[in-house]
Amino acid sequence: MKGRLWITFAVAFFSVCLMVMGVIRGEVGIVFKKAINVCLECIGIG
Amino acid sequence: MAKLSLRGAVQAVWTLISNSYVAGFIQGKIYKGALKQICVPGLNCYSCPGALGSCPIGALQAVVGSWEYKISLYVAGFLMLIGAAVGRFVCGWLCPFGWIQDLLYKIPFIRKIKSFNLDRPLRFLKYIILLVFVILMPLLIIDIIGQGMPYFCKLICPSGTLMGGWPLLLTNEALRDTIGWLFIWKNVILVILVFLSIIIYRPFCKYICPLGAIYSVFNPVSFYRLKVDKKTCIKCGLCSEVCEMNIKPYETPNHPECIRCGVCKKACPHKAMRFGFFQNG
Repeated sequence: MKGRLWITFAVAFFSVCLMVMGVIRGEVGIVFKKAINVCLECIGIG
Repeated sequence: MAKLSLRGAVQAVWTLISNSYVAGFIQGKIYKGALKQICVPGLNCYSCPGALGSCPIGALQAVVGSWEYKISLYVAGFLMLIGAAVGRFVCGWLCPFGWIQDLLYKIPFIRKIKSFNLDRPLRFLKYIILLVFVILMPLLIIDIIGQGMPYFCKLICPSGTLMGGWPLLLTNEALRDTIGWLFIWKNVILVILVFLSIIIYRPFCKYICPLGAIYSVFNPVSFYRLKVDKKTCIKCGLCSEVCEMNIKPYETPNHPECIRCGVCKKACPHKAMRFGFFQNG
């Protein structure tokens, strides 16, 4: 059980690191730009 | 009168909160505030007029398909974090499209189909869709400036058609003129899925959803999990009989297909099942 728990903690820690790196390198801007314009492809028009 | 379950209430409240930009529905526009930088855990189209956050699958394709990045650390990290914390609890409790399917399944029909021959092999389809439509196609099929399209959203996602397409078309006259074959195709998918959802429990979640595919990988190791007390459980099989996802909770309580709906726990006459964080099981 302890082994599994440590794996999950490691995954959680790694995922937070990934998120931080993603934010630092500016990925959020891409997500934001896509999300605030009507995504015509997403709604089946584009 | 149908009894309102805690899960149904949570699904309804979460759907309303995450789509609470009322002005969007009135004006036929979408929310453009800072919250859109943050992903929501469930499949919630960011082109829904009420959506306050971003759909993680749409966001993933947006970054993968961008000419600058190609790999999304931000969205991958977000999905891994949610997966590690709660796994497919999101599917069962926090996904608006999952809730819609739950509601559709409540509609009476001559014969509901619990299982069929292709049920097991079709479960792998969602992993193929994740790999091909969400990752490979936006990454490899690019235009002259190196940008890929969100192919899952464009060609498959019925959530976008229902939660984004229809509300926008009904309220925004300018968009109506742009309807073409793609909208027809996506509505064909939507109609088929709505019909299937009436006779099969959550067909989209079982066979198609790439978000469910990602979270399913984390189900066996997530902090939030199902524990079966081996001393109390007599393996009567009642939990697997009531399970709409067709798994055997007493054998594999943290199966990748479990959406943590809790029906098995309610059905257990011996109270051998318990959901919680940081527990063995």
